Amino acid sequence: MTREITLAKAVNEAIAEEMRRDPTVFLMGEDVAEAGTPFKVLAGLVDEFGPDRVIDTPISEPGFVGMAVGAAMTGSRPIVDLMFGDFLYLVMDQLCNQAAKTHYMSGGKLKVPMVLRTNLGATRRSAAQHSQSLHALVAHIPGLKVAMPSSAYEAKGLLKTAIRDDNPVVIFEDKLMYQDKAAVPEEAYLIPFGEAAVLREGRDITLVATSSMVQVARQAAETLASEGISAEVIDPRTLVPFDEATIVESVKKTSRAIIIDEGHRNFGVTGEIASRISEKAFYHLDYPVQRMGAMDVPVPFSPALEDLTVPTPDAVAERARAAVRGELADAA
Amino acid sequence: MTKARTNTEDYVRMYRQMVRIRAFEDNANQLYLSAKMPGLTHMYSGQEAVAVGICEALTDEDRITSTHRGHGHCVAKGASFLEMFCELLGREEGYCRGKGGSMHIADQAHGNLGANAIVGGSMGIATGAALSAKRLGRDFVTVCFFGDGATAQGLWYEVMNMAALWRLPVIYACENNGYSEYTKTEEIAAGSLTARAEAFGIEAHKVDGQDVLAVNDLARKLVERARRGEGPFFVELDTYRYHGHHVGDINRDYYRSKDEEAAWKERRDPIVNFGKWLESEGILTAEELVAINDEIRAEAEAAVAYALDAKYPDAGEVDMHVFAGVEHALPYIDGERT
Ligand SMILES: Cc1ncc(C[n+]2csc(CCOP(=O)(O)OP(=O)(O)O)c2C)c(N)n1
Ligand SMILES: [Mg+2]
Repeated sequence: MTREITLAKAVNEAIAEEMRRDPTVFLMGEDVAEAGTPFKVLAGLVDEFGPDRVIDTPISEPGFVGMAVGAAMTGSRPIVDLMFGDFLYLVMDQLCNQAAKTHYMSGGKLKVPMVLRTNLGATRRSAAQHSQSLHALVAHIPGLKVAMPSSAYEAKGLLKTAIRDDNPVVIFEDKLMYQDKAAVPEEAYLIPFGEAAVLREGRDITLVATSSMVQVARQAAETLASEGISAEVIDPRTLVPFDEATIVESVKKTSRAIIIDEGHRNFGVTGEIASRISEKAFYHLDYPVQRMGAMDVPVPFSPALEDLTVPTPDAVAERARAAVRGELADAA
Repeated sequence: MTKARTNTEDYVRMYRQMVRIRAFEDNANQLYLSAKMPGLTHMYSGQEAVAVGICEALTDEDRITSTHRGHGHCVAKGASFLEMFCELLGREEGYCRGKGGSMHIADQAHGNLGANAIVGGSMGIATGAALSAKRLGRDFVTVCFFGDGATAQGLWYEVMNMAALWRLPVIYACENNGYSEYTKTEEIAAGSLTARAEAFGIEAHKVDGQDVLAVNDLARKLVERARRGEGPFFVELDTYRYHGHHVGDINRDYYRSKDEEAAWKERRDPIVNFGKWLESEGILTAEELVAINDEIRAEAEAAVAYALDAKYPDAGEVDMHVFAGVEHALPYIDGERT
């Protein structure tokens, strides 16, 4: 049976199911208990699992992320809630120097099975310190797995997989999508890491999109279809591990690709994926691989400016038309 | 140097500044509720005596750092309604040309180094400003405003240590409004806050943050002493926020009772109580108090009306101000030479 539930509910269900299944799983973060987070994602969990397993912390991000690392090394499976993705900067040492490297540095003897849930996404008028999409930062660090759900279905399946994983996993939810609904099975399911989803098949161009940009790519593909351009839409779902094969195969078929991701364009995810395509499908390409990311400026507050910084369906469709027409005028 | 604030003019000014903050916030709240303001914002109402009592002890040369709940600090440090409302609405004439919004308002001309959307994010900045004053041989003092919740940030302990070691002219002003978002302070803060500062050898004070005269009296003494190199200092100010954590936090019975809110508003309102005192001292009549309120409310409403019609920044501004000395960042980062 499937029903439509919000992304917030999907996350909540994933955590509840895993906490019922495994008593070593616990949750911690700011205002996660009674308040259920400012986005109300975790509402009700404290009622079922109690304040010993759903723990409200002070505003001490490096402290509680570090504690999650230590707890994970000693038999617990912590899920940490980092209220905004922008706060990653505060916890980088604990996450990248400690969590990410412990298994390796100990020669495989110590494990850090923890999940850090956080979010990304602009256009919420939250200005420069509450709007960033910083997944590229952690995807750069060996030892961290990175998941990027693009709907309620992915959010639930990927989070459950993350909780069962024996490694530190960072999972980014799109904060603008918490109330968006999608079909989610009643029965338990997992989504394996490293398996991209082909969301729409097409012949003329491949749109590789992550997280918040998946719906942007899908809308662009709709528009393009009405004009006779057939776009394939692929969601990698996890950045680490990355399902290179599915994307390379698609581009071999379509011979054109646009990568769309809400992180900054400069030195980020789009460049990484474009480069892999160039390396593995070079002789199949009819057009330079295109990258579309957040504009390389801090996210401005003013709606008049903020809306200019994020790729839109129209902009993606426009770029796709040019690629299909083979117009190289402004290939950048 | 700050002149002694013991005359009538100064009292009236403190009263006016508190009313200005309240009027600003009432209008900002209304803008949010009527969906005219983008994003959301944190109201300072109820805490006016803290910002005003402290900022009235400062000169324009003195610096402050502010927080996500920063409109009060901004007004108290001398900002104008017009540029503030323009900023809240993302307009070009805002203090930050619409780039910052409510959580990032800064007012360079009056020494406000900026609000901050990272809790505790300004503690290093404030302490660094104080280091700069000392190094450059300047006599400005920096006040670092932050909430009770921010005392959980490790950064504070790092900078207090250095401020104490190097005797920096900084005053850490902790506005304890009893809550950190939806959680009571006693659930997130162990032991005593003043004792934490004292552990670094920093002189610590506790004061009623609803009493503007008590706050101002203490602030004037500490500012003068900090200027003479006797700093740093820590002050914990007991206060209360009247609204939710942010403007959208409306159903909040689950963490804070209506009775508690009513009790603070009825008994400990900093503006009402100071108004009564001014009246009893014969400094202002009841009619004069009403007239001040009316005049300031009219000014706030006019500023809102102006800001609602004001222009948004041009699209071309989006990549300006990323780097100092670079007009537009996008061609610059792609190596285009000018
Ligand atoms: C580093 C960081 N963590 C969490 C938040 C989310 N947040 C914003 S305000 C706030 C509570 C702050 O409480 P307090 O310092 O007491 O200030 P108050 O809101 O009471 O004025 C929290 C947790 C944030 N903005 N920055
Ligand atoms: Mg507080």
